Amino acid sequence: MIALTRRYRFPAAHVLSSQRFSAEENERIYGKCANPAGHGHDYAVELTVTGPIDPRDGSILPRAELDALVEACVVSRFGHRMLNDDPAFRDRVPTAENICAVIHEDLAPRIADAGARLVRVRVEETRRNAFTLGELR
Amino acid sequence: MAEIRLSRAIEFSTSLRYWNPELDAAANRALFGAKAAQHGHNYRLEVTIRGEPDPHTGMVMDLKDLQEILDREIMTRFDHRDLNRDTPYFEKEPATPENFVMVIRRLLVAALPPGFLDRLRLQEDADTFVEWFEPRGDAP
Repeated sequence: MIALTRRYRFPAAHVLSSQRFSAEENERIYGKCANPAGHGHDYAVELTVTGPIDPRDGSILPRAELDALVEACVVSRFGHRMLNDDPAFRDRVPTAENICAVIHEDLAPRIADAGARLVRVRVEETRRNAFTLGELR
Repeated sequence: MAEIRLSRAIEFSTSLRYWNPELDAAANRALFGAKAAQHGHNYRLEVTIRGEPDPHTGMVMDLKDLQEILDREIMTRFDHRDLNRDTPYFEKEPATPENFVMVIRRLLVAALPPGFLDRLRLQEDADTFVEWFEPRGDAP
């Protein structure tokens, strides 16, 4: 099998806290990440797609098509924004784990419509933290 | 002893353009944009082989032998070469990383002991890489 991965970046702010918990509980669970004023990261996202190689352009998915989808659904949606304000995080804490899930939920059907399969989403929150949803095998 | 995977990376600098010879120049430019023009990359290829370590040497394969195969099959063919002008592999298909990794797969499968090649990762630039995996029984 063959898989193509492209890497994208967006800077965003977030606060890790849940309405389910009191301020003290949020502080205990999320520590400095619960600062109500927020903090931010330079996120990097790697998206991996599989599928047959189209003989016309030699690609699993045209780069321009994938880039346009990711620009609309990830980079401009989350970049230079407060993640907690996005409807997807109304009932979910914007942890990197949940960012992986939200990106996958949103992009998987769109990439399927384009003729490929989104099999892996990797979110790097900092250069020291990475989170991966999905396996190649 | 259990099977082990061993990876070795090489880097090579190569020029190319994405081009489908069945299409005219305008159609190629429309399809590939800037990549239809002559450009180049510092490719990084990670080769993973898989096998049981020899009970005497403790090695799946001598890294020196693996490097010799990579030098002969990959570096001499592609390093400081042009994919379109200096190799026969992209006369009929564009030199995308998807097609390039399949060419590398053919060359290495033929050069390595049977069943050794497990996976390849070809990094085209900082934002793009392709992976190829040997389909095995444990694949989904």
